[in-house]
Amino acid sequence: MTSNPAVVGQRAGSGGAAGTTPAGPPGRRRGRTMNPSQWAAVGFATPLLAYLVLFYAYPLWRNIDLSIHDYTVRAFVQGDAEFVGLHNYVEVFSSSTFPTALANTALFTFGSIALQFSIGMALAVFFRSSFRLSGALRAMFLVPWLLPLIVSASTWAWMLNSENGIINSVLGAFGVEQINWLTSPDTALLSVTIANIWLGIPFNLVILYSGLQNIPGEVYEAASLDGAGAWRQFWSVTFPLLRPVSAITLLLGLIYTLKVVDVIWVMTTGGPGTSSTTLSIWSYREAFGTGQPDFSPAAAVGNLLIVIALVFGFLHLQLQRRQEAAS
Amino acid sequence: MIASRRRSQRWWKTALGVFFTLVMLFPVYWMLNVSFTQTRDLRADPPHWFPWEATFEGYQAVFSQQMPALATSLLIGLGSVVLTVLIAAPAGYALALLHLRGRRTLNFLLLVAQMIPAVVMAMGFYAVYNSLGLLNTIPGLIVADSTIAVPFGVLLFTAFMSGIPRELLQAARVDGAGAWRTFVSIVLPVSRNSILTVSLFAFLWAWSDFIFASTLNRNGDLIPITLSIYNYIGNNTTQWNAIMATAVVASIPASILLVVAQRYVAAGVTAGAVKD
Repeated sequence: MTSNPAVVGQRAGSGGAAGTTPAGPPGRRRGRTMNPSQWAAVGFATPLLAYLVLFYAYPLWRNIDLSIHDYTVRAFVQGDAEFVGLHNYVEVFSSSTFPTALANTALFTFGSIALQFSIGMALAVFFRSSFRLSGALRAMFLVPWLLPLIVSASTWAWMLNSENGIINSVLGAFGVEQINWLTSPDTALLSVTIANIWLGIPFNLVILYSGLQNIPGEVYEAASLDGAGAWRQFWSVTFPLLRPVSAITLLLGLIYTLKVVDVIWVMTTGGPGTSSTTLSIWSYREAFGTGQPDFSPAAAVGNLLIVIALVFGFLHLQLQRRQEAAS
Repeated sequence: MIASRRRSQRWWKTALGVFFTLVMLFPVYWMLNVSFTQTRDLRADPPHWFPWEATFEGYQAVFSQQMPALATSLLIGLGSVVLTVLIAAPAGYALALLHLRGRRTLNFLLLVAQMIPAVVMAMGFYAVYNSLGLLNTIPGLIVADSTIAVPFGVLLFTAFMSGIPRELLQAARVDGAGAWRTFVSIVLPVSRNSILTVSLFAFLWAWSDFIFASTLNRNGDLIPITLSIYNYIGNNTTQWNAIMATAVVASIPASILLVVAQRYVAAGVTAGAVKD
């Protein structure tokens, strides 16, 4: 196990003491049989195990069940849905919405992450050197991340309003004609991506900043003695040393962004048409967004989303394991 | 001379930092500004950059209509905190200090659990609650909201409790304390900070939740504030000052927590990122 920021963050001051392993070996070697202490361990973990089965495994199982039956609203109430096997999946893949949703998901996710990360990184480097108010300003940057998503999304929706939005008003002052940010198929996806970038900057900033804190100052001193300027220092010191943290930040960002529903739903409901429909939005809309809930295809899209998330999730774990092995 | 140059450079940095912060927080300012704007000025062109004739119309609407929704959100948030800590703290103890067999598998499952999109969970819960009659109930929503925080909570407690000095626990054992006594009288008091961090996030996530609220509690008599804002937007798009006033009020818990517990917030964000 490597140093954990959770521990570092909370026990600043008492620092290293907590991390050192106790000198003496534990009193007894634990055998392979269930000893009393193992019973206690199981006892303390039981609430969690029960919780995971009841509130994770069971709903997920029901979700798979939904996706391989044909659940209409009536069948939902009566519980006699017809078994259709993989029919829902076939329907999803051959739907005309599928390529659009997939492309939108890719654009939304990679667009968001690329800019969140670059801006977050630039700000982290900027805030690294302490200056007057730097701590307070850095704290203010957390605000967008802490606000309920629905609050931020509705604020952005009003700012991007075609007739009365502040953004069009400012652009208008520079002679730009009115842009129908949320109501034109050309800009809807761009608009929700912009709002999502704004939402993700704090997360990237905080993690990259904490990564920067772990780079010893001497490295920079050595670099500047060698005559490296700020730009050179970033590319030949900061960036390589921050690679592990960066990789994790990017992957987590990816997993989080794939899931996003609230922001897009509140701003455009995936429209106009399907121009800002991602896979998550598609799933949400089929199940809950219209008067006619269609749970079975929604569940199929949802399960597809899980698979995508898990692929990147395993990548994340792999990366972390390699990092642990390296340190 | 070098010192003075460095000082001037810092001033320059502070100015730039203030500028970045202002740009970043502009949407928040705009939310406040619109919430105080007179209804007739909402469609003014150009928009009013500052609410010169501030009005409290919007806030009056909040206090006359949104109090039940705020109370519901508060209840759901607190319920989710209690449930999360009750499940996660003992589990963290078992994983970190009692050498639970199969803890690597469990850790792995918790990581996977965090990757499952909420919309998928919402559908599963909908199907389950539909048969159990838990749709549109507050306990149902508390349980669903807690699923956002429980895996995070267990991982954070495990990470923190692994750092508790073994000498403390051995001293307790010498005094004859069993696993339960050790947990209650040593581990929990020492873990106060992580309990605060977990509670803070469990509360904020439950308070901010929209997906579960809009799916599992669509037709409830008592709806949380996020859903209330959403319905508000759908119903009368002309009253943006009232919508923004509701949004401002819905942001109060986050703002208070940021001021009061900023270091726990930062600790939680990084812990969420570098789990093991």
